[in-house]
Amino acid sequence: MDSFFTRYRNLLLLLAVLLAQIIGLAVQVRRTDSGRNTPGPRDATGVRLIRLWADAVVTPPEQIFHATKLGIAGLWRNYIDLRHIREQNQDLQKTIDRLRLEQASLLEDARQGQRLQALLYFQQRYIYKTLAAQAIGTSGNDSSKVFYIDKGSSDGIDRDMAVITPEGIVGKIREVYPHSSQVLAINDQTSGAGVILETTRIRGILRGDAAGHPQIVGILADQRIQPGEKVLTAGGDLIFPRGLPVGEVVRVMPDPDRDSFIDIIVKPAAHLNQLDEVLVITSTEPRFSAEQQQDMATSELLKGAQVAAIKEQQKASQIMAEKLPGLADPNAPAPANLAPGQNQAAPPVTSAPSAPKLLQPMHPDRFTPGAKSETPQDEQTTPPAHAGRNP
Amino acid sequence: MRAPGSSHRRDLGMRSYPLLVYVLAMLAALVLQAWLPRMLHGYTWFDLPLVITVYFALARRDPIQGTLMGAGMGIFQDALTHHAIGVNGIAKTVAGFLAGSVGARINVDNFAIRMMMTFLLSLLSSAIYVIIYRVLLGMDQEWRVLEVLMTAVGSSLAAMVLFPLLDRTQVRD
Repeated sequence: MDSFFTRYRNLLLLLAVLLAQIIGLAVQVRRTDSGRNTPGPRDATGVRLIRLWADAVVTPPEQIFHATKLGIAGLWRNYIDLRHIREQNQDLQKTIDRLRLEQASLLEDARQGQRLQALLYFQQRYIYKTLAAQAIGTSGNDSSKVFYIDKGSSDGIDRDMAVITPEGIVGKIREVYPHSSQVLAINDQTSGAGVILETTRIRGILRGDAAGHPQIVGILADQRIQPGEKVLTAGGDLIFPRGLPVGEVVRVMPDPDRDSFIDIIVKPAAHLNQLDEVLVITSTEPRFSAEQQQDMATSELLKGAQVAAIKEQQKASQIMAEKLPGLADPNAPAPANLAPGQNQAAPPVTSAPSAPKLLQPMHPDRFTPGAKSETPQDEQTTPPAHAGRNP
Repeated sequence: MRAPGSSHRRDLGMRSYPLLVYVLAMLAALVLQAWLPRMLHGYTWFDLPLVITVYFALARRDPIQGTLMGAGMGIFQDALTHHAIGVNGIAKTVAGFLAGSVGARINVDNFAIRMMMTFLLSLLSSAIYVIIYRVLLGMDQEWRVLEVLMTAVGSSLAAMVLFPLLDRTQVRD
């Protein structure tokens, strides 16, 4: 018997262990009403105890593993896995630099778009025909206030055409090339533009000084000229149309070369040092839109109707004058130029009603009606020469 | 009178290990089996308790030790599930017994044989698991061949890594 157990102890142990587990399974599984076997809804005390032990054994190491994993992951991520971090940092820095440049470029494009939009808005509403151009270069010399635009004779540009912006005048075309033009700015010493002060209506010539500040020169001293006054184009130079903004008076200073003359320093309305897009006035023929043309036609019609109405009124008044009794003295002598056969009783149609008789003044002077003038007629009627008129 | 085969096992050279290695290896296998699927997004194509069971059964060349270790590991695995306790226990008990029995009769120092043993015993364990569920317990359990094969392959790969490591912990006389 002893030898049997010893000889088959392995197999017997296996069977015992298997049998014990099978019995354990049989205890755990229950047959339902539907005839199917399922685990029991609640574990038996022994089974629950086994699960509790298993959990008690496994859970602490799992927690340690999890904490270790987090620590290792953090260690790896924050300290070890930094092999190419310098290269990545450099790449990112390059990317940031590139993006900054792109952002600046986009910002510049947006600003240019806004400027072009404003320019187009102005061009569409400006009465003269204009051509948009881009400032592409300068003279590179401080004493030469010229710049170049990207439009030339092939685009219809010609010499002495006015160059403006919606803010104000810029200069005039000085040289024309096939695909570019040279613009002489208004702040150059050799430039000249006829201008007029908006309020005082004093005219002058605008040109630049040595420092590139536009100024109105050769003006007789006038106390009315104050800083802040608007300066407009006068239109007499046959380059700039009348009424374009030029700038505003900054200060008035005496002319160093001529007494009683002043120079007016003007702040240009156009940003002469930051020009990007300009408009070249290619034709000074008024360019009216369809609405404007319709308005003008309507105005002409109304004007014709008004003239006709005036004529009708005159005709009616003439008829009335013929029918109503006149105020003229029937005993008065007939005018010498009265045609023979004309009715003398009827007063002339164009005769004005007689003026009331004025009392005789006690001290008549040259302004008294009927008094003889002692001065020539032209001196009476001609106002004194304007102080600000262009010499 | 000695049990048959015991002299043969001595001739083949029975390995022994420190008790701490047993405890740590089994504990690590159970914990990793429960923890690694979280890291691998639910993939459980390996059976570490079976690998440890097979290793020690083969190394000790003792069916009893294999049986007990397999039963213990299987029951422990079952205890961590909501299933009935004993299904994995029976499967791994049989696997451990067979591994110990084979190890007592053939030289399993060859690495390829141990890998093959792990693969086959994994298939057998999965088959017993399903059979117990479907036949013994009369419950529904799908026979997912692909997963069983993948689990067998994964266990063999795990054995390929773990067996050399565990070999280093054996006590040499």
